[in-house]
Amino acid sequence: MSTSAKTLQELTNRQYKHGFVTDIEADTVPRGLNEDVIRLISAKKNEPEFMLDWRLKAYRHWLTMKEPRWQNVRYPPIDYQDIVYYSAPKPKGQGPKSLEEVDPELLKAFEKLGIPLEEQKRLSGVAVDAVFDSVSVATTFKEKLAKAGVIFSSFSEAVQKHPDLVKKYLGSVVPYSDNFFATLNSAVFSDGSFVYIPKGVRCPMELSTYFRINAENTGQFERTLIVAEEGSYVSYLEGCTAPMRDKNQLHAAVVELVALDNAQIKYSTVQNWYPGDAQGKGGIYNFVTKRGAARGRASKISWTQVETGSAITWKYPSVILQGDDAVGEFHSVALTNNYQQADTGTKMIHIGKNTRSTILSKGISAGHGQNTYRGLVKIQKGATGSRNYTQCDSLLLGNRCGAHTMPYIEVKNTSSQVEHEASTSKIGEDQLFYCTQRGISEEDAVSMIVNGFCREVFKELPMEFAVEAQKLLSVSLEGSIG
Amino acid sequence: MTRSELLLRVKDLHATVGGKEILRGIDLEVGPGEVHAIMGPNGSGKSTFAQVLAGRETFEVTKGEVLYQGQDLLALSPEERAVAGIFMAFQYPVEIPGVGNLYFLRTALNALRKRRGEEELDAMDFLALAKQKMKLVAMDESFTGRSVNEGFSGGEKKRNEIFQMAVLDPRLAILDETDSGLDIDALRTVASGVNSLRSKDRAMIVITHYQRLLEYIVPDRVHVMGNGRIVRSGGRELALELEQKGYAQVEGRREAAR
Ligand SMILES: Nc1ncnc2c1ncn2[C@@H]1O[C@H](COP(=O)(O)OP(=O)(O)O)[C@@H](O)[C@H]1O
Ligand SMILES: [Mg+2]
Repeated sequence: MSTSAKTLQELTNRQYKHGFVTDIEADTVPRGLNEDVIRLISAKKNEPEFMLDWRLKAYRHWLTMKEPRWQNVRYPPIDYQDIVYYSAPKPKGQGPKSLEEVDPELLKAFEKLGIPLEEQKRLSGVAVDAVFDSVSVATTFKEKLAKAGVIFSSFSEAVQKHPDLVKKYLGSVVPYSDNFFATLNSAVFSDGSFVYIPKGVRCPMELSTYFRINAENTGQFERTLIVAEEGSYVSYLEGCTAPMRDKNQLHAAVVELVALDNAQIKYSTVQNWYPGDAQGKGGIYNFVTKRGAARGRASKISWTQVETGSAITWKYPSVILQGDDAVGEFHSVALTNNYQQADTGTKMIHIGKNTRSTILSKGISAGHGQNTYRGLVKIQKGATGSRNYTQCDSLLLGNRCGAHTMPYIEVKNTSSQVEHEASTSKIGEDQLFYCTQRGISEEDAVSMIVNGFCREVFKELPMEFAVEAQKLLSVSLEGSIG
Repeated sequence: MTRSELLLRVKDLHATVGGKEILRGIDLEVGPGEVHAIMGPNGSGKSTFAQVLAGRETFEVTKGEVLYQGQDLLALSPEERAVAGIFMAFQYPVEIPGVGNLYFLRTALNALRKRRGEEELDAMDFLALAKQKMKLVAMDESFTGRSVNEGFSGGEKKRNEIFQMAVLDPRLAILDETDSGLDIDALRTVASGVNSLRSKDRAMIVITHYQRLLEYIVPDRVHVMGNGRIVRSGGRELALELEQKGYAQVEGRREAAR
């Protein structure tokens, strides 16, 4: 074996850092799915009637749907009756009212993940909502945000405290009937984050949700809803990890964003769900629907994602550019290694006039990883003067992995412009030799080259996250040059 | 010069690529501080020789030995050779998109320093050093913000190689056609940079296709390569003879003299 193959193999064998299990008492509903389970979930959350109705409508619709098969990923059939749809860390007493009442085991679990929830420890000025299995366990900096009029809470709390807002916007971007996984989520989702930025407010800090799957045999179905009123701005970050388990676990989340006139939402994800082991055993099946409605004039939604985890990634964060002059952006790094599979990309639907979208996708495949970019750019008839620019770059490490690019373009008027560029490259032996000749070890050279490849995307991330993402990429680089 | 005083001693070196023999018995001795020029027609194996010395795995050494400071050089990985003080300026410098030129060089310098048990330089100290060395090759500061060799002109790439050499401070520098693709002004700049790096502790192997470079970088010895071997060696006047008579005749004479 050449040294490069060896180094890459050593990198491959690095351990997933977040694979521990927290021993905590949980309140779970019986395995399987039926109307009673849905009623039980809704009752546990003490939901108003409209929520239960919505869930049941979704469930009944879901029964008529088939799991999609068009994506370029392979996995054995999922037994939806073998999943636990609700698991919550059992509250000590009445359920936490403040951080002091949160089970210390939970705080410890997040601390171990590098997410200290005590506010005084968070110098960085990032407010965090922590979701453990299906429920939000703590939201920090609530008071400071409330002063600015910003609502940042768990979804459950929003349902109790702001039912009108929830009723108005829930399902307004991703309807309950949208697709198999989103519909399932609509029926059973247990918690998530809710953000509301009032008119003219620039959110005073970064908001962040940290998702953690802990319980076994549990699906995680969370839902995030962000509404940015006229002229407001918010930057939102999301991170995720899970323990190492031999069995695959399902994660089917929904994120809905609404940006009104001149509002701007920046949504960043660092996805590090457990990817499975080197033989492809275990790992999270990540089937996620994320969509933003740039509803207002000159509104802007930008998605940035760094996808390094999960056994399967199936997600297409999209923007519906409804308002005139609206802007949509998608910046993505997706890394697949070992037996990971990713089918990811975006949809940019241009409806308003002079709308603009940019797509920048960087796919990295190593080991036996399969990486597919799938993107749709649709410019409707009325979207005159609209523009899209798409750039898809793939980087291959080794000979056993694959990269695939599937752009779909539909343009229904003549005044719009669509540009698409794509490239596929390998980490060259010449690049590695150039580095090693200068004294840089092969391992450092590989992560330097890969990080360089992703630089344009990383610079879209908030500073702290960018550093985290770079480290993550180096750790996840478990490739092999043939 | 005795064996132990030599910096580099190459004996009957053979190397193949994909089963094809490229180097067919090279002998060369380089003492500390000496500058050796290697000339020869395209395809004669000059770059292969340089890369074999630097440790590129593409080439398989099938016979012969290379001693560097009395040590078996061929047993070392490319990084270890760099740590031992070997530097090669590439004929075709490689682009590394998205990796800052100075970031790359600092990573390299600190990797070397660390493995030599020296303290690593922080960003400020490194910048001071880099700025000073950039002057040697009249390198524009706008270089610093760009990715390694990306979008550099041919001349900029070559200058960048010499800049890297100046920062990394090798004991044996192998310059592979650093002159090719340079106009006369750029050639002068690069050559004066190289000359300023000449010292009694630093040997150089300067590979070139044209004798033009040797007017600026005056070598102690000149070797002519042909078909994977050194076919003639001599003083600097050999370069002039080559210029006048061409490679074919010089090589031919040697074949005839056999
Ligand atoms: N990687 C390689 N694979 C196959 N042949 C090679 C490779 N590198 C060099 N060669 C061949 O080896 C011979 C010598 O090449 P090179 O060392 O580049 O010569 P020079 O630098 O003197 O022009 C040429 O015939 C060239 O085609
Ligand atoms: Mg050459």
